[in-house]
Amino acid sequence: MKALRNYLDKIKPNFEEGGKLAMFRSVFDGFETFLFTPNTTSKSGVHIHDSIDSKRTMTVVIIALIPALLFGMYNVGYQHNLAIGADPGFLSTFIFGFLAVLPKIIVSYVVGLGIEFAVAQVKKEEIQEGFLVSGILIPMIVPIDTPLWMIAVATAFAVVFAKEVFGGTGYNVFNVALVTRAFLFFAYPAAMSGEKVFVRTSETFGLGSGNVVDAFSGATPLGQIATATTNNTTVTDVLGNPLSYMDMFIGLIPGSIGETSKLAILIGAVILLITGIASWKTMISVFIGGGITAALFNLAGTTAAMSLGPVEHILLGGFAFGAVFMATDPVTSARTEKGKYIYGFLVGFMAVVIRVLNPGYPEGMMLAILLMNVFAPLIDYYVVDANIRKRLKRAIK
Amino acid sequence: MANVIKLKKGLDIQLIGKPTETVLTGEHSGNYAIVPDNFNGITPKVIVHEGDKVKAGSVLIIDKTYPEIKFVSPVSGEVTAVNRGEKRKVLSVVVKPDAENQYEDFGKKNVSTLKPEDIKEAILNGGLWPCIKQRPYDMIARPDQTPRDIFVSAFYSAPLAPNIEYTIKGQENDFQTGLDALAKLTDGKLYVGLKQGSSIKVKNAEVVEFNGPHPAGNVGVQINNIKPVNKGEVVWTLYADDVILIGRLLNNGIADFSRLVALTGSELSKTGYIKAIPGCEINSLVGDKLQPSKGNIRIISGNILTGTKVSQTDYLGFYDNQITTIPEGDDVHEFFGWATLGVNKFSAGGTFLSGLLGGVKKARIIDARIKGGKRAMIMSNEYDKVFPMDIFPEYLLKAIITFDIDKMENLGIYEVAPEDFALCEVVDTSKIEIQKIVRNGLDLLYKEMN
Repeated sequence: MKALRNYLDKIKPNFEEGGKLAMFRSVFDGFETFLFTPNTTSKSGVHIHDSIDSKRTMTVVIIALIPALLFGMYNVGYQHNLAIGADPGFLSTFIFGFLAVLPKIIVSYVVGLGIEFAVAQVKKEEIQEGFLVSGILIPMIVPIDTPLWMIAVATAFAVVFAKEVFGGTGYNVFNVALVTRAFLFFAYPAAMSGEKVFVRTSETFGLGSGNVVDAFSGATPLGQIATATTNNTTVTDVLGNPLSYMDMFIGLIPGSIGETSKLAILIGAVILLITGIASWKTMISVFIGGGITAALFNLAGTTAAMSLGPVEHILLGGFAFGAVFMATDPVTSARTEKGKYIYGFLVGFMAVVIRVLNPGYPEGMMLAILLMNVFAPLIDYYVVDANIRKRLKRAIK
Repeated sequence: MANVIKLKKGLDIQLIGKPTETVLTGEHSGNYAIVPDNFNGITPKVIVHEGDKVKAGSVLIIDKTYPEIKFVSPVSGEVTAVNRGEKRKVLSVVVKPDAENQYEDFGKKNVSTLKPEDIKEAILNGGLWPCIKQRPYDMIARPDQTPRDIFVSAFYSAPLAPNIEYTIKGQENDFQTGLDALAKLTDGKLYVGLKQGSSIKVKNAEVVEFNGPHPAGNVGVQINNIKPVNKGEVVWTLYADDVILIGRLLNNGIADFSRLVALTGSELSKTGYIKAIPGCEINSLVGDKLQPSKGNIRIISGNILTGTKVSQTDYLGFYDNQITTIPEGDDVHEFFGWATLGVNKFSAGGTFLSGLLGGVKKARIIDARIKGGKRAMIMSNEYDKVFPMDIFPEYLLKAIITFDIDKMENLGIYEVAPEDFALCEVVDTSKIEIQKIVRNGLDLLYKEMN
């Protein structure tokens, strides 16, 4: 460690203004602060600071995402095995999924961080950590068969147009990962929906070759509901067996990579809430909003989507994942405490409304959160305005 | 039964080095100085020259706009230097003390028979007007105004702050005289904020007791919870130690500014209280008590939230009743600091393991590192948790940064001082210099409005 420190001190002058490698100053700075906590001390204001920083915050979110990511990898292999009727054992199943998911993570990070590094260098700022989370969220919310080049294009679009043009992390209006997902959804709809994309049936790096079994159908439960013709459709797995609540909770079902296991998401939610990184107010409100809305539709119950109960709505698709990891993004959600209740409730409400009333979009969570991202400042405006009115009233009295 | 206000928001930061209740002795201070940077809202004009002989209470500096606001020498002696910086800004006026203190005679006063103008004049002449600050703008009160109310906070809640119950002993009479004088300066009420269960006796004023963590002792927080400042209103604020000085000036007729100063922090061999006159050299207070340490030591005149970083040859600030010492920490290179479990790290949040092991309740040694890079505001609700006022701190800060005067007024700029935001700055993930932003905003706004 000492040697590393000395080495960094030795090469540091090269990266400073006028040095040979000054064009990589931000990159060097990024790595230096990554390796060693900066030892600059306060010059004005308070003399001590909390140990938490932006790096720590983002690390906690990534740790919270890891259970869902690992489960997602295993599930990719598991669904593949169901599709080809093979059972190579736990480890092989996981390795298959790992190899299928890893390129997506690499592509997302290389493209996104590359842009971040370049922008930081141009703006002569430190590298911002926001993309560390977005970069791992992106592969988790896409179907497994999304081509890598699409992820690259969508990530570049989202980072540049949803974040950097607004000023970087902390200034963005929309959740960057969801903009990536939305870009994919609208630019390449064929690659993002339907029966083929959520389960990998081809081999990966030479592993898992086999023929797809006859009974196979790769539609996600919500996809099945959207295309259902009768009212009381039972959702099934890829081989046509009906799914119980427990199956939906554990998550060995087709879907986007990270969203299927509610168990893994629950572990992540506990981590986020214990550490205080995510707001419980937002999180709970999303579930309440979605639950109540689903229950009301359920009372009417005239279509297959309406007859889906509140529990199923919450357990299926990306609802839980969105509620825990996306709606709670502090930058794009409501920032006032009262606003968080309203924001969360409306996210849940909109997600179910889109699912039920718009047959074109079997999954409503992405659009619901993006839509509420737009309204979050408006919600805050009214919460803050109440305080302003109170102050004005007090002055007149 | 006094009115009790309970505050839930806030944070008590526990540091090692609480002052023990003993009176320590220090060394002789070779110089005393008035440092204009201690004061807000004045333009100093030096009216003495090098070599002038002065008494304790002789005027050294006056304000250009309000020449009746005077800054007097705390001791008698000879003016040895008028130090100036860039653009001839006055940095300090230094007085070398005589062996025996000579006092200007201001005459003993009987407050009960004095008119408000006479009290004002006595405080102005005695050099204690700077003790009275005003909201809005958190600066020295304008003597030609009459405040709506006057607020006195009679306890200190900042980390390692002196215990007023201990330091007030023997000075209760001066404290009451000070309060009696202040009560005459307003047409409204004189409010005194006490810690719940305090043994301090107060007459001739409205007592409000506070229960809760820091910043409960901040006078701004007390005002906001008692009777907030509206646009166009002016209130005056003081802390207990300054009220005692005013009372002593009126009772004794001399400028005796000595007070008990708490010597605190992990880097001292012994902590306690020391009788000192503001303006004395830091070295005379702690020079013989600093522990030999591995790294650099930071000495702070004041507390860790609002104090000023000083060297041993600097001077004790005019308002300061506390010296805090902490490790500087600039020699620490923490490997993967953001990824450690953090068993013994200071954090108000829950992302380090220390949150489960005593959390902020456990006394720690905390160094002066910022521990992160500056970012845009990312996390929400961080500031609100330590800001017990009916104000949205984040929105007010954003209004100040963009200098949107209408928004600042609407969001409560007239009610706040930088010290009220100190805890926000401590817990901030984005490491923004919040107090500096507020101070600059208040100064700019004052220029804009006057």
